[in-house]
Amino acid sequence: MFPASFDYHAPGTLAEAVALLARHREEAKVLSGGQSLLPLMKLRLGQPGHLVDIGRIPGLEYVEERDGVLAIGGRTREAALERSELIRARYPLIADTAAVIADPLVRNLATVGGNLAHGDPANDHPAAMIALGAIVVATGPKGTREIAVDRLFTGLFSTALEPDEILTEIRVPTPPSGSGGAYRKLERKVGDFATAAAAVQLTLGAGGEIERVGIGLTNAGPTPVKAVDAERYLIGKRLDDGTVAEAARLAAEAARPTADRRGTVEYKREMARVLTARALRKAAERAKGGR
Amino acid sequence: MSRHRIRVTVNGASREAEVDARLLLVHFLRDVLHLTGTHVGCDTTHCGACTVLLDGAPVKSCTVLAVQADGREVMTVEGLEKDGKLHPVQEGFWEMHGLQCGYCTPGMVMAAVSLLEENPNPTEAEVREGLEGNLCRCTGYHNIVQAVLYAASTGSVKA
Repeated sequence: MFPASFDYHAPGTLAEAVALLARHREEAKVLSGGQSLLPLMKLRLGQPGHLVDIGRIPGLEYVEERDGVLAIGGRTREAALERSELIRARYPLIADTAAVIADPLVRNLATVGGNLAHGDPANDHPAAMIALGAIVVATGPKGTREIAVDRLFTGLFSTALEPDEILTEIRVPTPPSGSGGAYRKLERKVGDFATAAAAVQLTLGAGGEIERVGIGLTNAGPTPVKAVDAERYLIGKRLDDGTVAEAARLAAEAARPTADRRGTVEYKREMARVLTARALRKAAERAKGGR
Repeated sequence: MSRHRIRVTVNGASREAEVDARLLLVHFLRDVLHLTGTHVGCDTTHCGACTVLLDGAPVKSCTVLAVQADGREVMTVEGLEKDGKLHPVQEGFWEMHGLQCGYCTPGMVMAAVSLLEENPNPTEAEVREGLEGNLCRCTGYHNIVQAVLYAASTGSVKA
């Protein structure tokens, strides 16, 4: 299998890349790691006339804390996230997520920005970034603008990015002390998309009550799901068997999965419930200093 | 459709060719350079039979464009042997019978080489996790893992 014919562009700067996208608009796609785009093109599910490869633009791969945020360069590889000491020490939700995306070989090329910009609700970073309250930076002809991740996904494989914008950075608020996160994913086999998965990021107060919490669900509808009712319910509560069960039930109610070979709607919703409960418990354990 | 002149260092030698933008790296290696040690398996980014090292990192060459490799280094299974001597990982596959049909072997070997370069003394679990992206349809995983552990035990894979 090979893709339909296209014109390939390898700009050396972001400005050139954006200019190419502005010229070709809907005809063009951004090539980042290529691990979603190229398979899709080989299957002829997509036949863009132009590929704008951002792989030769310097300065798009970094993971660093500055000004109260964790900044991740859009082209940062999943493998780099997995190996980052900063991510492992301070952002366990992101570490969990990166480690279960596809397989190690794919993670050597796949990028965080691509995982988000592809707009696939089966991808893992969207739910995690929703739970973390992240924003993304889009760079276009008029400069940069910020988009909250929970407003990025407008439909199946559709995002709020304009055709001439590139997702250049992800900004995650630095978690206050007493924070923890976890990602729990059920997959039929290594490398498969999630049958269901839940991302939780929370902050506990001095008395153990939940001060902040974000919950995202993967592959639970046409767009990644933010489990708003479950989040609201948990604020001010302590986690025990009863509150975990009720929050998980509310999160599962927000899920709108479709039946496929990975399972029925009922099964997937039930798995969303179970995984939300597990992610909540693990996140709380980590917020109290556990690994 | 654009065509591009690319130069790729393959197994230490600089190779040049003019290629279609849509040519995949695996086809560049097999059909243009006639390095057929790299196999096409599933062709859908799952099986890892096409694994090569791109600038030292193992990747699935069915999911990389040849033009993306322009100016970079590729190592295939043909590049492992040195002066008639097998690479320790190849030796491990030989000694521990790490293959049945052999189709997945080049990809397994390349992934294992990279795994040992990063972690010269892996546990069995680390080997299994490190090879998650490579499938063996003979399900000969046991001996494949033994082969990688054998290679590690020789202590001759440089970190």
